[in-house]
Amino acid sequence: MQIDLRTVAIEPQRQAFDHLVRRFGNKPASRYQEGSYDIQAAENLHYRPTWDPDHQLYDASLTRIVMADWYALKDPRQFYYSTYTLTRARQQENAEANFSFVESRGLADMLPEALRATALAVLLPLRHAAWGANQNNTFVCSYGYGVVFTQPCIYHAMDNLGIAQYLSRLGLLLGDTEALDAAKRDWMDSPAWQPLRRYVEDCMACRDPFELFVAQNLAMDGLLYPLIYDRIVDEHLSVQGGSAVAMLTQFMSDWFDETRKWIDAVIKVAAAESDANRGLLEGWTRQWSARAASALLPVAELALGTQADEAMAEQLAAFKARAAKAGLTL
Amino acid sequence: MDMKVAKKKLGLKEKYRTMTRDLGWEPSYHSKEALFPYVGYEGIKIHDWDKWEDPFRLTMDAYWKYQAEKERKFYAIIDAHAQNNGHLNLTDARYLSALKIFLQAISPAEYAAHRGFARVGREFPGVGPQVACQMQAIDEIRHAQTQIHAMSNYNRYYNGFHAFADQRDRIWYTSVARSFFDDSMSAGPFEFMIAIGFSFEYVLTNLLFVPFMSGAAYNGDMATVTFGFSAQSDEARHMTLGLEVIKFILEQDPDNLPIVQAWIDKWFWRGFRVLGLVSTMMDYMLPKRVMSWREAWEIYGVENGGALFKDLARYGIKPPKDWDAAAKSIDHMSHQFMLGLYQWSFGTAFHAWIPSDDDMRWLSAKYPDSFDTYYRPRWEHIKKMAAAGTPFKNYGLAKLCQTCQLPCVFTEPDDPTLTCHRETVYKEHKYHFCSDGCQHVFENEPEKYIQAWLPMPQLFQDPVNGDLGEWMKWVSLLDGKDNGDYASSEDKQNFEAWRGLATTNQ
Repeated sequence: MQIDLRTVAIEPQRQAFDHLVRRFGNKPASRYQEGSYDIQAAENLHYRPTWDPDHQLYDASLTRIVMADWYALKDPRQFYYSTYTLTRARQQENAEANFSFVESRGLADMLPEALRATALAVLLPLRHAAWGANQNNTFVCSYGYGVVFTQPCIYHAMDNLGIAQYLSRLGLLLGDTEALDAAKRDWMDSPAWQPLRRYVEDCMACRDPFELFVAQNLAMDGLLYPLIYDRIVDEHLSVQGGSAVAMLTQFMSDWFDETRKWIDAVIKVAAAESDANRGLLEGWTRQWSARAASALLPVAELALGTQADEAMAEQLAAFKARAAKAGLTL
Repeated sequence: MDMKVAKKKLGLKEKYRTMTRDLGWEPSYHSKEALFPYVGYEGIKIHDWDKWEDPFRLTMDAYWKYQAEKERKFYAIIDAHAQNNGHLNLTDARYLSALKIFLQAISPAEYAAHRGFARVGREFPGVGPQVACQMQAIDEIRHAQTQIHAMSNYNRYYNGFHAFADQRDRIWYTSVARSFFDDSMSAGPFEFMIAIGFSFEYVLTNLLFVPFMSGAAYNGDMATVTFGFSAQSDEARHMTLGLEVIKFILEQDPDNLPIVQAWIDKWFWRGFRVLGLVSTMMDYMLPKRVMSWREAWEIYGVENGGALFKDLARYGIKPPKDWDAAAKSIDHMSHQFMLGLYQWSFGTAFHAWIPSDDDMRWLSAKYPDSFDTYYRPRWEHIKKMAAAGTPFKNYGLAKLCQTCQLPCVFTEPDDPTLTCHRETVYKEHKYHFCSDGCQHVFENEPEKYIQAWLPMPQLFQDPVNGDLGEWMKWVSLLDGKDNGDYASSEDKQNFEAWRGLATTNQ
């Protein structure tokens, strides 16, 4: 038997805020919609920025991508602050459990020495790359247009910082502060890392927010994450007895699987908007992914040696297929 | 088996350093100027970004964990509030006018702060301040969203909330808060931090946040007070950041002092004007009052602000230039505002009203030096007009101050019977101001303030062309529903009918 509690029934006067009714019809709006659509000022901006008087405070023309409605670039995860934070908090618990599993069982000490050295050599300088990604996504959030596009970028930036911090913890667990110092020296001076550092700095000099989105989130991370975390950590290191490392980087693998859906959705909608957009996106993706591949190759060689070329070729093929699904022919 | 060499134990501070500061590097493929182009033009000199002291040490994993906990609680409570018709627990639906102003003017400001902090979180060339600013950036979008979510249920039942996104950009009084935040965001990264991080978040936020959230608690608004409690620990972090910023800048170079002092002077006055609306909320709009605006000023302005500027005196910082003018206006501003809101209530998406006899007794007691002399007689006159069926409405357009964009309704600091009015001619145009403070702000940066979008001239341009009905359409104001006197409003009727339904058996 069903028992319904009774409450005083009052007829609502309206279903949703006007701007949401105009977009989605006269029905209750979701919290994602309420927290994302049209909450950026759109008209009657008062003053030109003193740091860039040729543009408006919010200015869609800062990128060469043109959208009739920037709010078309919906995040399929429908992340607003709350759903974002709850999702990461769960993953964080999982990561914490993995770290303490590795720590409490002394798994780090049991790693074969050569494998540990490889893991540190490949993974630790990446914390600097992740910090670069943080700045680039913060940039896209700052200079991009429309909340549904910019909002996930600040979440992504904080994720990039979180990943840099997990990598730092991994370094402290498998090595020591010396390992972090050595990794920073590699990042600054070792020839194997210079193409990647150059790539990151070139990104930081790029001031078209959408091109930067492509360069960092699609081209670089689209190659880096599967190559490093799937191919090198989960496959190459694990078969040699390094599953402990894979436990410590599980956050990164899961994160990549989740966030690529958002990135693909943004690219797909922007590319479908016009031939001009598609042309720009294809050009940027071609150019930046070719550079990303050559920047990552010497890093892959640190772990894979002569197999690096082949691994990279596989990644590039997979990347091309992914881009095709998003509507880009490379 | 080899002996393990014990690892060095890192202290908290060192550990946090590893997790943040050490992530950065000196670029070599591009110049620092190319990667951080906006950090020099304001003239602030920073010699060593590493001297930055992290105001809080929160790694992302800890951030996600704590914030998620707060989010769970917050949404559980506002869901329950919506489900159980929590709005019927309000002391009176009059109270909602304060919330409507908040949603139209302050929640958009939270979003603006989000974007502003994101920008400085990218443009500062030091990891420490970058991370601190980015965290505030993500907090600020949280605040915009939790406020919208907390008020969403009120929108389902009451007028005045439905068009906040349109009104943020178009209705006349929201341009006060909009221009304030646009002003800070269009400034350079250091000025933004002094404007929002220090002046607003540190010096003035208690005058906004505490009265508002306490007002919500006193008046049965569970949704808003829950937001307040939930945001409190974020605000504490933001205040720590604001204080760290100013100390850091001042310690870096003595040449920074005059620049910072000028910003403090400017932003104190800008902030004081924006917060003027809070005075009206505290003295007039809360059915159950927390304290008077004067009492709040004594605690959060005089005591806290006084202590702060005493502390900053060792850097050579003086209290804001217009502090005394602010102090002189305390006994008058809420009354002057409310009289303005009442006479222009045909053009506001919230209600105004004539204070009741009880309210006026309270105001006399709280403002012994001003209310009975200057303001009671006006309210009594307005009351008579309303009783005679000829309510006082001012269909003339308010003259807005070019800087703060409030109507020029304030009086001379030393003569409460004389309206204060200042003019400056710049490039053959005449500009009007409500005060010396606003005139000075303009004269220091005229090229900025002549760009201000002023809502009154807009009335005579396309698409409105001077037609009041067209204007209402353009600002999404529903005449007879959203505006006017509370006494004859739908909100009042509905609230009383629904409460009757909930509390009696009629």
